[in-house]
Amino acid sequence: MLSEKEKTEILEEVNRYPYPSAACIDALKIVQEHRGWVSDEAVKDIAQFLHLSNEDVDGVATFYSRIYRKPVGRNIILLCDGISCMIMGYESIYEYISVKLNIRFGETTPDERYTLLPVSCLGDCDHAPAMMINEDHFNHLTSKKVDEILENYK
Amino acid sequence: MEKPLTKHINPLSIPLTLKEYQKVGGYSGVQKALKTLTPAEVTNLIKSSNLLGRGGAGFPTGTKWSLVPMTEKQGSKYLVCNADEMEPGTFKDRYLLEGNPHQLIAGMIIAAYAIQAQTAYIFLRWAYKKAEAELRKAIAEAYDAGLLGKNILGTGFDLELNVHSSAGRYICGEETALLNSLEGKRATPRTKPPFPAISGLFGRPTVVNNVETLCWISHIVENGSEWFKSLSLTDTGGTKLFGVSGKVKKPGLWELPLGTTVREILEEHAGGMLESYGFKGLLPGGASTDFLIEDHLDVKMDFHTVAEAGSRMGTGTMIILDDKTCPVAFLQNIERFFALESCGFCTPCREGLPWVEKILGAIESGKGRMEHLDILKFQTKYLAPGNTFCAHAPGAAEPLQSGLKYFYDDFISHINQQKCPWKS
Repeated sequence: MLSEKEKTEILEEVNRYPYPSAACIDALKIVQEHRGWVSDEAVKDIAQFLHLSNEDVDGVATFYSRIYRKPVGRNIILLCDGISCMIMGYESIYEYISVKLNIRFGETTPDERYTLLPVSCLGDCDHAPAMMINEDHFNHLTSKKVDEILENYK
Repeated sequence: MEKPLTKHINPLSIPLTLKEYQKVGGYSGVQKALKTLTPAEVTNLIKSSNLLGRGGAGFPTGTKWSLVPMTEKQGSKYLVCNADEMEPGTFKDRYLLEGNPHQLIAGMIIAAYAIQAQTAYIFLRWAYKKAEAELRKAIAEAYDAGLLGKNILGTGFDLELNVHSSAGRYICGEETALLNSLEGKRATPRTKPPFPAISGLFGRPTVVNNVETLCWISHIVENGSEWFKSLSLTDTGGTKLFGVSGKVKKPGLWELPLGTTVREILEEHAGGMLESYGFKGLLPGGASTDFLIEDHLDVKMDFHTVAEAGSRMGTGTMIILDDKTCPVAFLQNIERFFALESCGFCTPCREGLPWVEKILGAIESGKGRMEHLDILKFQTKYLAPGNTFCAHAPGAAEPLQSGLKYFYDDFISHINQQKCPWKS
């Protein structure tokens, strides 16, 4: 079931378009904002609310990289693996984070504190290597800097 | 040297408020357009300025606008700003969005007026959180001041401006895929024709313009097309944001006249290569452009001059390949990106790009065979324009085909040595 708050927020987006189904991506993002990820149940709820089929909504949900169809940790580390970050050494940062947290790309730590994902170019190429944690951007990464940053995300 | 686009941007401080921007002349183009010019006059002015689209393809902006039917009195039309900057190595629109959102809003009001659109959307890259916050703040200010909403500046012109934060896919930068995404669907490209100017968002006439393109509009209306043309060193007109990333002394972004040489950007503005790194090649405008090499350093950065050198200016943000980075690994990284970002709709792209990536991976990891090079060459033709539904795979084929041409010996040494010579 969608919560009242989720419904209100989705309706606000619906009003920006000529018909409700256009707010499908916004609805997925709103639900994910509240629950961390989008479950099968949530797909059905959104479909019903926007008068779409479950398959339509799932087709959209699985198309976009930033909609999570599996549970994720409390903090999502998005490490840029784009070409500029490769030249500037993201691979050694990846190895460092992998060893430190004992997870590879696509995995979550057992305490659900971090999920580690690759992300394509973050538009911070002149300060590479770059990453995001949740909504925050970081650049000029070094292993020492990564240590300090990760500490702030409980 | 004039720098109209970045004049009021200070990356170390917050952007100008509406009042501050108006004090330095901001929005005067809006006043002029809405109060003294007809929509057709605005379009003709942009046409005569020869403003070419800054998103990468370089299509004439005024021509794009003039394709929108203007006789139709009934029904809605749309203006969409493509701010889904996701081309690897590109960071120019982000600078404009975070640095001076009012410059974009002013341009959008005029563009919407020219095509008589009542609704506009900014399709924004999900990762650009700071840009989103600044844009929303600026849009709210513009509504409060009567520059957006009903009866703008008392002229009777109405415009609603919305921000749509995307959910992340490179293909959303393709304008018809972007329109599907704005409609809440999977971002697969549409057949053209009909072009968006005739049937675009929600089946209505729509213009999609890049951020940097729209940022120019108010300046051109204010200062005229001759002024705009005088800004470039070549005959195209205007300045351009150029960027450099990679192993250079001062990676960054600069507003320079169109026609500035690759050498000047690389050696003067980016400070040249870092000590102990040599220059091997560069992609002039993002990952989907052909390599240029040492022979091309005196090429002028403009749409037609870079095309004459066998590449594309694209977004104008260069990625430098240095001599300590393996060109095969460089290409594998790029082709993995394109393979992952294929929308999967047409077969050559969906199947061809992963094939290319796997072969590059085999060569890089020491399992390369000579026939792999034939397959790669075949793929560059198989993925060329005309064989795929949109420009995604042809874009991916550009660095591959030029990489095979310029760094052929490096491919051979990988295969002969059965290892990557760059790895000890």
